[in-house]
Amino acid sequence: MGKKVLMKGNEAIGEAAILAGCRAYFCYPITPQTEVAEYLAKRMPEVGGVFLQGESEVAVGYMLFGAAAGGSKVFSTSSSPGISLMSEALSYIACAELPVVLVNVMRNGPGLGGILPAQADYHQATRGGGHGDYKVIVLAPATVQEAVDHMLLGFELAEKHRNPVMLVADGMIGQMMEPVELPEADTPRSPLTPGHEDWATVGARGRGQHLVKTLFLNPDAAFAHNQKLRAKYDRIEAEEVRYEEVGTDRDLDVLIVSFGTMARICKTSMATLEERGVRTGMMRPISLYPFPYARLRELAARARLVVSVELSMGQLVDDVRMGVEGKAPVRWYGKAGGLVPTPQEVVDAVTAMRRE
Amino acid sequence: MAVTVFKKPEALSSAITHYCPGCTHGIIHRLVAESLDELGLRERTVGVAPVGCAVLAYNYFNVDFQEAAHGRAPAMATGLKRTRPNLIVFTYQGDGDLASIGTGEILHAANRGEKITVVFVNNAIYGMTGGQLAPTTMPKQVTTTTPAGRDVSEVGMPMRVSELLATLRTPSYIARVAVHRPRHVVEAKRCLKKAFAYQAAGRCFTLVEFLSTCPTNWGLTPTDSLHWLERNMLDYYPLGEFKSPEEA
Repeated sequence: MGKKVLMKGNEAIGEAAILAGCRAYFCYPITPQTEVAEYLAKRMPEVGGVFLQGESEVAVGYMLFGAAAGGSKVFSTSSSPGISLMSEALSYIACAELPVVLVNVMRNGPGLGGILPAQADYHQATRGGGHGDYKVIVLAPATVQEAVDHMLLGFELAEKHRNPVMLVADGMIGQMMEPVELPEADTPRSPLTPGHEDWATVGARGRGQHLVKTLFLNPDAAFAHNQKLRAKYDRIEAEEVRYEEVGTDRDLDVLIVSFGTMARICKTSMATLEERGVRTGMMRPISLYPFPYARLRELAARARLVVSVELSMGQLVDDVRMGVEGKAPVRWYGKAGGLVPTPQEVVDAVTAMRRE
Repeated sequence: MAVTVFKKPEALSSAITHYCPGCTHGIIHRLVAESLDELGLRERTVGVAPVGCAVLAYNYFNVDFQEAAHGRAPAMATGLKRTRPNLIVFTYQGDGDLASIGTGEILHAANRGEKITVVFVNNAIYGMTGGQLAPTTMPKQVTTTTPAGRDVSEVGMPMRVSELLATLRTPSYIARVAVHRPRHVVEAKRCLKKAFAYQAAGRCFTLVEFLSTCPTNWGLTPTDSLHWLERNMLDYYPLGEFKSPEEA
């Protein structure tokens, strides 16, 4: 058992990275995640790690690449507009198959938007953001505890698949204080990526060159690399689907699909709907990529209505429709701009949809 | 008994380069490799390749390499050197890469005093994309995107990177060299070796700017290119050491 402490989400994310063995953090300030940088500016030197504030998110993206290609565990945190800038490097990181963990404490957009919580980077996270055929494993915590757990899981998945992993925590999770249990490892985890000796650029002492690159001028070689990546994404889709279900062991009047903070709010709404005799269940995708399409299809077959509830103007609902495949009507409810629906607003929206 | 007086440096691979006839990348590659060999650094060196003509530099060096996006090599080198401080890390960048799209990255890597060496090859034009205007293109110089010659009233005067970076307090060593005559090659080697030696001694940011030729995109023969460089570039881009640790 680890110790239980009261921590702000952003600080817990920083501490969890250290528990995961990570000793390298590159960053650029942006609200609402700057507390991670402030926390690690003090904490990394205490554990002999590297802390560096870069000149821009663009540069930070390549600092992550350089450190990861040198075999070090490395991570960064940012928020929506900053993730747009890092997305250039993310394409290169994914192509070069480097294990990097990135956290997006999402704010509202588009453009500068605002600094309040949102989930409007769903498409950016799950569909790419950068150019080319690549995928990033996307984890969506709903509590500060889960953010800690996902950091540890994120480093494991990044190393297992040699692929970037992104945590998408809406601003609420970054800013909120909750009790968290920090796991205590029996033995400290290594700051280096397991198996890096086979590929990392650490000097060609007594061996041939190690090269970490993304250029494939020969179309056959380029296609072969794309096929290799595709095969990896197939493995990820087979092995890494994660979700939570609530009240789904029966036929349902309404199946709510929601993630992160919005899912927590929906759990309160579900109690009210049950009191009114509406059999309500929930699927909470934890991995947004890979998305739990197959399980959603099974649940939708036993539901009269499926509702995607999001802090965005209809992004998650695209994956919900793909999962449901027409087995039930699908509706969307959400708010954006940093506004967060109350439990009652969700109840009212679902009730109105059932009357349609 | 035969005595070897000249051989391929160990830090160079055996690959045949793709560079055009008369291009001076080959000379500069060799100087990098000789410097690493002579300082005994090859086995702990990692290069960072640019986007541009030298994008395939990793094929020609017998050292570990990373390949960056356009202009981002100094950021990549920063991430590597900060986490692996015992490595010798160098970037190899052209003028489009370093002086245009990568100005943010080079300026801040220099100003933070990253312990890396930058090999900056300035041939006053974009080579790989086929001869477009660079920030370093000479006034009135014809390129595919300045068909009437560089109009400085429209796009300003060429950027002097070494002078610009030498205004910063932090960097250890900044020099501009040329390789269009043997005596300049000798001097260039002296400066480059110094830069790597400074890095090996733990000193911060070093940069050597090489004036280089681009016969293909300048539309000149290799020999005429050397003369063109001498006539048109040397006055505007004076050679010399702009900053060295002894002065600091």
